[in-house]
Amino acid sequence: MSENNEKTKAPAEPLFSKKNKRLLTDPLSDNNPITIQVLGICSALAITVQVEQAFWMSISVIFVMVFGNLIISLLRNLIPSRVRIIVQLVVVASLVIIVNESLQAFVPDVSEKLSVFVGLIITNCIIMGRFEAFAMGNTAWPSMLDGFGNAIGYAWVLVAVSVVREIFGSGKLFGFDVFPEGFYELGYMDNNMMILPPMALIVVGVIIWIQRSKNPSLVEEH
Amino acid sequence: MKALEKIIHNLDPKFEKGGKWEKMYPLYETLSTFLFTPKHVTKKGAHIRDGVDLKRTMFMVILALIPCLLFGIYNTGHWHYELQSYINPEFAGYNEYLVGFGDKVLYGLLQVLPLVIVSYAAGLAVEFVFAMINGHGLHEGFLVSGMLIPLTMPADVPLWMVAVATIFAVVIGKEVFGGTGMNILNVALTARAFLFFAYPTKMSGDKVWKSGTDGVIAANDGVLPDGASGATALGDLASFVGDAPVVAGENLAGAGSAELLAKFQGAYDPLHAFIGMVPGSVGETSALAALIGGAILLFTGVASWRIILSFFAGGLAFGLMMNGIGVNPYMELPAYYHLIIGGFAFGAVYMATDPVTASQTSYGKLWYGFFGGGLAVLIRVLNPAYPEGVMLAILFMNVMAPLIDHYVVQANIKRRQKRFKTA
Repeated sequence: MSENNEKTKAPAEPLFSKKNKRLLTDPLSDNNPITIQVLGICSALAITVQVEQAFWMSISVIFVMVFGNLIISLLRNLIPSRVRIIVQLVVVASLVIIVNESLQAFVPDVSEKLSVFVGLIITNCIIMGRFEAFAMGNTAWPSMLDGFGNAIGYAWVLVAVSVVREIFGSGKLFGFDVFPEGFYELGYMDNNMMILPPMALIVVGVIIWIQRSKNPSLVEEH
Repeated sequence: MKALEKIIHNLDPKFEKGGKWEKMYPLYETLSTFLFTPKHVTKKGAHIRDGVDLKRTMFMVILALIPCLLFGIYNTGHWHYELQSYINPEFAGYNEYLVGFGDKVLYGLLQVLPLVIVSYAAGLAVEFVFAMINGHGLHEGFLVSGMLIPLTMPADVPLWMVAVATIFAVVIGKEVFGGTGMNILNVALTARAFLFFAYPTKMSGDKVWKSGTDGVIAANDGVLPDGASGATALGDLASFVGDAPVVAGENLAGAGSAELLAKFQGAYDPLHAFIGMVPGSVGETSALAALIGGAILLFTGVASWRIILSFFAGGLAFGLMMNGIGVNPYMELPAYYHLIIGGFAFGAVYMATDPVTASQTSYGKLWYGFFGGGLAVLIRVLNPAYPEGVMLAILFMNVMAPLIDHYVVQANIKRRQKRFKTA
């Protein structure tokens, strides 16, 4: 009986029910993959020197994440659990190849700058994490939402870090000069440390700091 | 004195909870304890409380920094006028160390005091904001850092950079970890490391160590005058590793290592280097001043003799080890030189002994100091990109200090367990 109940109930759930909305909004702040779960840090360090790279990286991850989650959730009942990691890898790898080829075709200079890091999306912990934690146990639509939410959560941190790093590291934003020439004549200098990887870690740390001081419930007790 | 104390303590109720200026309590507490011993008493148990609180401890360190500060001021002035003497006939004799004493002191003061003021203003402002947010009194930790920061800078560094570095060091180096006494890294060195990596053109190379080098270069058709040099002893030494060794501006490409070292020891003879009559960051050049300060710190019991001694021992040991390897002229440099050039003594006395970031156990302090000094020499000799290794070595050992303590404590536990079993 209960099975029947659920089946009749399921279609009645609106596309953006409260539960589904939370799938989208949770990863943005309170369950952010980078600042809370501390996943996907590697690419946050590597490609946040310029906003352009971070932006295209984000787009790529959003694409891979949404369609990866969709495909995995459609296949979830067909995948033998013993070999599921391999199947998941095949799915991510195929998607990443599509992304990589498209980047090379349409934005070759960005693709050159991102170089190996597009390929490394395959090893992005967020993606495999969402496959395992969500797509393997949920239907297609919530999985897509979850994938999109997490990818956006990843993307905004990435872009925020890269905005700080590009403005103070090279005095530019999206490649355009931010500071007027007179600023430099007065003695202002671009901060070379912002270009070095440690600064990405520090900027992420500052974001985490701000986030936790705004929402003390996120602070772990020790 | 008594009258002033009375006036201040009469103000007490206004700043305490429920008083008129309750919000300003941190500021009041800071200023009143600055002048007088705080009136807190231990409420439980039989504790003996010394009058020497954190504020007095910090003052001892500032007192001990005064020789370095004074010498740094004069040294800054001297190297400015030394360079001027090449292009300006008015200052012809000024390349002698004691000629033009008044001018040099004045110039040094004008160059160094703004650094001190900016460093204190920026750092105390940050401390004050955090004290207000967290509702505690202003911590005293910055009193020393504020003096150390300008002493580790080249005299020409722009003031806004000092401010940015100070704010960065206090916020990221200290306040995020919980404020004074909680920091992992030495605050002053964090500020210096930040500038070193952020604005390398203002913090390293051979155009920053003598104040006014840019002006001289501009006045002399874009190059340094013949015979003049802007490099430090360490900068010269670092060039020994490459193809174009330079000593005090003289290009010695192709010279053998014996000749290079002889030239080097001629340009920076041990006595001058020890006294500090060489270009460098404001307060770091004089090993003598640092040792006087060290004596004050040891006498007052603020610094640990274990750290200072083992730091020098580590430097000497690794210097001798380098002598043993001796594959390039830099490695053949007499080991004692490492202890007197650059900021080695300054780092050993004031930076490595920072009681918060150093190892806490007695044995740990020995290890900490030894490898701190050793690493400093290793970085100097093996990585010419970082001519001065003391800063990075101490920061690295700061990070390692808890680990060292952990193993010292574990070793002690094991030893005692063994004794317990055999008994």
